[in-house]
Amino acid sequence: MTASQDRIAEPWGTRTPYGSGQTWPQRVDQYLAGGIDPGSVDRWVQTASILHSNGDALDIAVKDDAIVGVRGRGVDRVNRGRLGPKDLFGWQANASPDRLTRPLIRRDGELVETDWDTAMDRIVTRSREFLGEQGPSAIGFYTSGQLFLEEYYTLSVIAHGAIGTNHVDGNTRLCTATAAEALKESFGCDGQPGSYTDVDHADVIALFGHNVAETQTVLWSRILDRLAGPNPPTIVCVDPRPTPVAEHAAVHLAPRPGTNVALMNGLLHEIITHDWVDHSFVERHTVGFDELRQQVTAYTPERVASICDVPAEALRAAARRIGSTDRLLSTVLQGFYQSHQATAAAVQVNNLHLIRGMLGRPGCGVLQMNGQPTAQNTRECGADGDLAGFRNWANDSHVAELARLWNLDTDKIPHYGPPTHAMQMFRYAEQGSLKMLWVSATNPAVSMPELARIRSILSQDRLFLVVQDIFRTETTDLADVVLPAAAWGEKTGTFTNADRTVHLSDKAVDPPGQARPDLDIFLDYARRMDFRDRDGNPLPVWEDPESAFEAWKECSAGRPCDYTGITYDRLRAGSGIQWPCTADHPDGTERLYTDGRFFSTPDYCESYGKDLVTGAPLEPAEYRALNPDGRAIIKAAEYLPPHEEPDDDYPFALITGRTLYQFHTRTKTGRTPQLNAAAPRVWVEISPQDALHQGIVDGDVLAISSPRGTLHAQARITGIRSGVLFLPFHYGYWDTDPAAAGEHDRAANELTVTDWDPASKQPIFKTAAATVARVRAGDGPAPAPTTTASAPTTAGIAPTTGGPTAVVTETDGRPPAVVTDTTGTPTHTHGGERR
Amino acid sequence: MKIDLALRELHRSEHKLALTLSTLAARHKSDHEIHHVALDLASWSEDHLRELAAAGTRYGLDLNAAPRTEALTTPVQEKLSELLGRRPEPALMLLMDLRHLHRVAAGVSVDWELLAQGAQAVTDPDLLALTQRCHPQTLRQLRWANAMLKVLAPQVLAS
Repeated sequence: MTASQDRIAEPWGTRTPYGSGQTWPQRVDQYLAGGIDPGSVDRWVQTASILHSNGDALDIAVKDDAIVGVRGRGVDRVNRGRLGPKDLFGWQANASPDRLTRPLIRRDGELVETDWDTAMDRIVTRSREFLGEQGPSAIGFYTSGQLFLEEYYTLSVIAHGAIGTNHVDGNTRLCTATAAEALKESFGCDGQPGSYTDVDHADVIALFGHNVAETQTVLWSRILDRLAGPNPPTIVCVDPRPTPVAEHAAVHLAPRPGTNVALMNGLLHEIITHDWVDHSFVERHTVGFDELRQQVTAYTPERVASICDVPAEALRAAARRIGSTDRLLSTVLQGFYQSHQATAAAVQVNNLHLIRGMLGRPGCGVLQMNGQPTAQNTRECGADGDLAGFRNWANDSHVAELARLWNLDTDKIPHYGPPTHAMQMFRYAEQGSLKMLWVSATNPAVSMPELARIRSILSQDRLFLVVQDIFRTETTDLADVVLPAAAWGEKTGTFTNADRTVHLSDKAVDPPGQARPDLDIFLDYARRMDFRDRDGNPLPVWEDPESAFEAWKECSAGRPCDYTGITYDRLRAGSGIQWPCTADHPDGTERLYTDGRFFSTPDYCESYGKDLVTGAPLEPAEYRALNPDGRAIIKAAEYLPPHEEPDDDYPFALITGRTLYQFHTRTKTGRTPQLNAAAPRVWVEISPQDALHQGIVDGDVLAISSPRGTLHAQARITGIRSGVLFLPFHYGYWDTDPAAAGEHDRAANELTVTDWDPASKQPIFKTAAATVARVRAGDGPAPAPTTTASAPTTAGIAPTTGGPTAVVTETDGRPPAVVTDTTGTPTHTHGGERR
Repeated sequence: MKIDLALRELHRSEHKLALTLSTLAARHKSDHEIHHVALDLASWSEDHLRELAAAGTRYGLDLNAAPRTEALTTPVQEKLSELLGRRPEPALMLLMDLRHLHRVAAGVSVDWELLAQGAQAVTDPDLLALTQRCHPQTLRQLRWANAMLKVLAPQVLAS
């Protein structure tokens, strides 16, 4: 097979059908800049996807010391050579002429170029002042889901250890905090139970608020290939939008936003009523089933139908599919994580698997997904409101372990409460008790809820704001010091995807100008601050990515996320490896919990759990009484109505989300011609009924308002649930018309509400009230893709295509190619020989 | 038999708890988690009041099933909280208010305990079931107040 496809028009590429239990065939996707002959590429450098969480392994093509393209790694377990549109085209943003190449410093109100010494001196001077005046609680770090493991671990040691502040979190708070919390609640510890290979075996795949076709395109290709093969799985989809997943679903439930817990309790009610329960598994491996049975008694299909506004018959049909299969794979993402009662809803998905005994076997898995490429590392390294190595802040012996590793006194590491989550850090900054905030690789001025409030917090004179990024953003514009960072492909490190697969990302080219790897920036800060351990040695003691990785391995040893069997050399010689990887399991671990044993014993668990409604942590003694033997915990939750419901003034439920072609605040995808052209500007999705009612046609300019503000977007009429509006959250202001400078009328988060799940502290982006008014006719159809959930119901709208510059080669093998590391030394070959 | 006294006292203290929670929500509207969770928890107390009023009729009581649980000053308090959003003082006030909430909720918890004991002594299984439904929620309200105090106090006291 060799095919050429416009991969903007066909995001999932050519089908390679396969049947249940078979190996997913290889399909190697390759895209090189125009006119480049694959044979003329100087070297291929190993890495993985950085613009979503799937962890697609790929090699970067380098010619004349510039990145000229990418090729999927056929040997890798995650993608078997396939790449998604963002992988294929997104690398071009690295060479964008507007990269940050010099540090900036604010002088007389203006950001001006400076040198590294001046910038770092300013940061060090202010840090020392704050530490002297108030102590560690004056300083906070807000990082990302897009740096590397080595960088997060270094940041974690600097913040929690060397400075001793409790204020460290990542933007993973916005995307994956609920995944982590739901796993902690059910299994006592973070760690993805399932594996992508469960797709190869599953008979029913249930996707809860997970538009996988757009968020992890290659995982959807895997599902599509199963659907195209013999004995295909059945799809159950919960989503208020007409996603590609919904199109392929045997049962599609489109609940009213904010009612997920009622829906899940309804499914559990049906499964328990029909006794589709694995009683032996429940008895041997879980606690809490009786409470669940009691809790869901009241959630009859009829009652749930009235709360969620879904047909009772559809709910029964979904429960029947889930209840009668022997191989159930469930996946969960933002439709649950960013909605009302996030953790409670995600935990009920775990409960489905626990009461059905569907864990740890091929085809029986839960994938509590991540949004960002390295979110898993933020979590495991303790850069996101956890302690490093999935250690429990409430367990003194775990903190003592960290103190030993870092050679510090135990009381230097704050553990009087959970590490401060991002929303609370911003509140402390608003009140003035957090005086310095260091933001790395994220753009809160577009991605956080209620942007007017976020801007007002970040622009305070009394807040010293450091921002480290690869481009100027809406957030760097508010900073006191801006540090230019190296991008993916310009530095070395590792990162881990949503199914625990660790990949190495080698440096392919030098960063532009004076930009430096984030690791070097953090270490430079530590040296200038002269952080020392108990014996006067520099802290952290490491100096480069590989030594940081080795230190991390020591920290991970014996914990669930054990990396001790992984080395850079092993990753270079092969491809992705799933943790835990130890001397006993040198090839990694495909599935967790295969023997019905969990990481949840009181002395070992990462968390004692929380009250799912109030968020109050359980006391250690309570947990010990509840779960002395380390079983899985079945946690029930009652449905509560959303905090902001539609009313007469704001009759619509507003949900925000993402589109296939863009990532986050578009800092990279907005600078990638093929991707940006597919979704160039903001739009709003509205149902045909609602559009008809207000005389709206596709492309009309609408004003969308919530109690927080108003923005303008062109209407896209789709099969979305009536009464619901959808806005993509990607669009900020860095590339708006200069004439409109200073206006804030296109970022979805101007309208979202400041409210978060009390258990996971993840902000709620999918439950707000809004209204809509037609302003005028537009100059054409909405600038929304036709290939995705934003597909128009209006006839005659031109389909989204990419044209000649989006043509990608797909092969099932190719001539052997030499892969080299940064020094040009061949490391291994792969490709054609593995047909 | 003095079950009516216990019911009346619990109705009074539960009403006070509902008021305390809704006042907390209004006074700390700019502390978003406090605001939203306090309102969710106030609705539990409102449910309890309804149930207590229904139980009271069997003991000759005419308890208000839906007394006013929102402070008259709510709009003013909310506005004030927004205006003071940038000031440090509300952080300390919040600790004081959570401490007060904790004491009120502890009182309600004790009252449920007393009612449960009484219900057993007079063999009133319906009343006992009521205490078993409601008292755990009071304990969750109590633990929430304690947990938020523990989480928020270090920053307030160190800054």
